[in-house]
Amino acid sequence: MTRVPLAALAAAFGAIIASAAPVAAERLVASLSNHRVMITSNFVGEELVLFGGIEQDAASRPRRADYDIIVTVTGPRQTMVTFRKERILGLWVNADSRVLENAPAYLAVLSNRPLDAVTNTETLRRLQLGLDNIPLLQRASVNIADAASDDPFRLAFIKIKTEQGLYREVSNGVTFLAPALFRASIQLPAEVPVGTYEVDVRLFADGVQIARTPAPFEVYKSGFEQVVTAAAREHGVLYGLATAMMAIATGWFASVVFRRD
Amino acid sequence: MQIYLPIADLPVNVFVILAMGLAVGFISGMFGIGGGFLMTPLLIFLGISPAVAVASVTGHIAASSMSGAISYWHRRAIDLALAFMLLAGGIIGTAFGVWLFTTLRAIGQLDITIGVSYILLLGIVGALMVAESVSAILRARQGKPVELRRPGSHTWIHGLPLKLRFKRSRIYVSAIPVWGIGFIIGFVGAVMGIGGGFLLVPMLIYVLRVPTATVIGTSMVLTLVTMASATVMHAAVNHLVDALLALFLMVGGVIGAQFGARAGQKMSGERLRLLLGLLVLAVGIRFAVNLVVPPETLYSVRVMDGDI
Repeated sequence: MTRVPLAALAAAFGAIIASAAPVAAERLVASLSNHRVMITSNFVGEELVLFGGIEQDAASRPRRADYDIIVTVTGPRQTMVTFRKERILGLWVNADSRVLENAPAYLAVLSNRPLDAVTNTETLRRLQLGLDNIPLLQRASVNIADAASDDPFRLAFIKIKTEQGLYREVSNGVTFLAPALFRASIQLPAEVPVGTYEVDVRLFADGVQIARTPAPFEVYKSGFEQVVTAAAREHGVLYGLATAMMAIATGWFASVVFRRD
Repeated sequence: MQIYLPIADLPVNVFVILAMGLAVGFISGMFGIGGGFLMTPLLIFLGISPAVAVASVTGHIAASSMSGAISYWHRRAIDLALAFMLLAGGIIGTAFGVWLFTTLRAIGQLDITIGVSYILLLGIVGALMVAESVSAILRARQGKPVELRRPGSHTWIHGLPLKLRFKRSRIYVSAIPVWGIGFIIGFVGAVMGIGGGFLLVPMLIYVLRVPTATVIGTSMVLTLVTMASATVMHAAVNHLVDALLALFLMVGGVIGAQFGARAGQKMSGERLRLLLGLLVLAVGIRFAVNLVVPPETLYSVRVMDGDI
């Protein structure tokens, strides 16, 4: 039960440390190839490209080591349930479950080299970086708790999401084009839900976070897809009647077309 | 050709959906069943969420039944009075089914109930149909007359009061078993998310002794009404009907149903019942295997889209 405030405290503390360390005067700028991803009837997924540069002003000290970049893309939040099957009276049935409140529907962690090479495990955990360290609130029955990173339900959830292409950790997802210029490719599968996606770009040097910048984008439906979705949401009865009429008309039309006499 | 489905939120191949509609439509036209118990698992297999699949399939079944019902209407093979009486029982059954559905979901026992009832229902109905039709075919082979209707063999069902005459089907039975059958179909349909045609056809034949000539057309009228209203209810309550998905399924379905209805008319009643029995049995066994064989992955993830 005490894990949540502790984790929050740790995160807040981490943010304070990060912002209160202006000794390194690097500035991070990032821009996406597209800020509005449109879902149309021929949408089969999309690749977004994030370009970023590291600016050093006059106050910059000589660089100690190569820069590292970790980009975290977090999709809209959904409530999801993980079920586990067990054998009961010889039958395999969903016997146990965990509800995940507000878990990201999409999550991509991109970096230029493996996360544990960028910085130490403690920092990764504190900054909630990587699939092992993202906070996932699981509810068994009454008590909500951030699942331990080796919780079987949590591991199974991340595995399934990874197989669907919705969760990914790519250790070569960020490429440095020049020492202070990088690009990252964000793969969105066709199943991505609509909503706002947070993109969090963090700059590391010597295992320490020295700059951070957001670059959000939005996924939305347009045209026909949008009209249908809005009609189904807002005018459910009319939409249902229209679909039923369409069914009857289609059936009638077919019998006219195929009538032999 | 890939197309993005607006409510299911994923792209599908149009030709795959059309072909699935065609195949299931053929079967539904041939046997006078909705085919929901075949189509819903197929859609879930494609990756469409079960809730959207169940809701959208209702539209497809309504279209197939409409197309089939019209061609049976032209052949004067529909007993409207019987369909109406069945419907009266069906509405009450549906209400009870929805109540049980909600209760079971509240206590978390819905999945196992649906799984076990699929196996029991499909297994028993399929086995009975296969056994009956095989013995009928064997009897016909031995030169004995095929006893489709046994006018003398009255059971206790024919002793019940409230007798009604259904002219088109040429039967004279009590309204009580008719309402009862309607109730069972409505109840089972609501709990298991199926139209129930595969149950209705044998019940009409064996319990009410409805002649094969009118049984399929009558069953289609009942399926049409229940599924069209189910489409409206699903759209109004859950907002999960994907009209685009339903349209592609429908177009394939109505064409398939036309050919299926013609193929069905050419076949003898016993052979038709044997085929349907085998099909029902096969789906039942498939469900049983799913529940008995250790699954590849014990875990599954479901998105709760406001439906709880």
